[in-house]
Amino acid sequence: MNTYIEGILILAGINLMAVLGLSLLTGFTGLFSFGHAGFMAIGGYTSAMLSVKFNCPFIPAVLAGGLVASFFSMIIGKLTLNLKGDYFCIATLGFGEAIRLILDNVQYFGGARGWPGIPNSTNIWNVLAFNIIAVLFLANLIRSRHGRNLIAIREEELASQVIGINVFKHKMISLMISAAYAGIAGGLMAHYMTFLQPKMFSLVKSTELTIIVIFGGLGSISGSVLGALILTALPEFLRSVSQWRLVFYGLAVIFIMISRPEGLMGGYELTPSSLKKLLIRFKNRSQGKVKGLEGGNK
Amino acid sequence: MSILQLNNITKRFGGLTAVGNVDFKVQKNSITGLIGPNGAGKTTIFNLITGVYKLSEGTILFNDKDITNKETYMVAESGITRTFQNIRLFKKLSVYENILTACHRNVDYSILDALLMLPKYRKEEKLLKEQADELLEIMGLTARKELVANNLPYGLQRRLEIARALASRPQLLLLDEPAAGMNPDETEQLMLLIDEIRKKFNLTVLIIEHHMDLIMGICDNILVLNFGCKLAEGTPSEIQSNPKVIEAYLGVEG
Repeated sequence: MNTYIEGILILAGINLMAVLGLSLLTGFTGLFSFGHAGFMAIGGYTSAMLSVKFNCPFIPAVLAGGLVASFFSMIIGKLTLNLKGDYFCIATLGFGEAIRLILDNVQYFGGARGWPGIPNSTNIWNVLAFNIIAVLFLANLIRSRHGRNLIAIREEELASQVIGINVFKHKMISLMISAAYAGIAGGLMAHYMTFLQPKMFSLVKSTELTIIVIFGGLGSISGSVLGALILTALPEFLRSVSQWRLVFYGLAVIFIMISRPEGLMGGYELTPSSLKKLLIRFKNRSQGKVKGLEGGNK
Repeated sequence: MSILQLNNITKRFGGLTAVGNVDFKVQKNSITGLIGPNGAGKTTIFNLITGVYKLSEGTILFNDKDITNKETYMVAESGITRTFQNIRLFKKLSVYENILTACHRNVDYSILDALLMLPKYRKEEKLLKEQADELLEIMGLTARKELVANNLPYGLQRRLEIARALASRPQLLLLDEPAAGMNPDETEQLMLLIDEIRKKFNLTVLIIEHHMDLIMGICDNILVLNFGCKLAEGTPSEIQSNPKVIEAYLGVEG
């Protein structure tokens, strides 16, 4: 495979890993976070430390990165999950920036100059494997009673408590799984770039993840997948317009938000059964008059 | 035998006493009415029982266990659920999903069971779906199973909220103005429904309502509140002839 395209796919897969985690928290539980780059950083630096300094194999190192990120999220959650609405969002923003600034000053990890020489173990196949497992786990979770409880909290917090849902506990579960996903994404990134620098995990990264989740559609796993693929590849296609590419990127996002405020998928999922339904509708329609598919269901 | 016991409960918001020293017992398997003019503190009492507000003074016993100032979900776990004056459904979910979500406590598979789709998850998930279908059938909502809750007609939204409350198998059901905005015909139907579910689910019902036909028609016992204090207590006929109650609702003669 063309290494350039492979590179883009690996980056999209890494982004997808973090986006899936954020999708659980934002799309399904209704909590906005602007600190997920912080969890990525924790995962990335932990896994890099394990493989560089302790010769730990790739997969355990990445998983450990996810675990440590999840542990940090538990501490943050204990302190902030009782905050209502926007306050939680601000607290995560502060957390993400704090992590970055701390890493800037820890010389053990190379400080602000960065940390080169991490083994290059991430490739398209292990990223794909991580992505598939991550999507399956997330889909199973969402369709279980625990997932339904999370959606209930997003929809109506007080009513969920009245039917016996421990809102704090479930928000915590959501945050911890979400952070684990982001941590694993960080680990994959460290072993793909072979270089880590705190600047890679700035607020811009957190915002990018949130944009992808909203762009794909809140509460849709397939939306997150499409969003991660499209929005990671888009800046590359726009290289022909050189310095204007981020402008076009912004315009594309604005255009989607205006034409489909609920995101690309808008809460719907692409599953075998929903595809079948779509196909039947398409057949019925083409029997009468030949017409294209509706834009939103591609 | 009393299922719920309110001992001297008081709630103050700053200088305002919303509920003051209310003492009351709800008898097991009864339908008890809670009435009073607007602002009398009826909904506040519901919020105190379900732990939405914290008590300033007093204690609440449920089945002789102290549930004072417990978290809302813990009160629900002990067997009390409620509906809301302004309906609070999971609006964007279907009727079926609303019920299915509320059944969650009837099984106990863990997150790991769910992530790996272990046999326990499959078995118990099937059980939940059966329970939800059964409840929809009892409440006459089967035909609208796939409809988004927000698109239901108003009367059926109320019905769905009661169904959702029943899904967690409560012993005590608190209904906050279930007939608000209903016409006399719908109110009549609601009355029958409440009586029916009480028998079927072996429930105790505490109900806030302004429709006196409904209250006088189905309640075994009535508590009247005025300005946060207990005004009277008794059977429907006692309440109807109580001069203090008549004065609170209609004012003094002459």
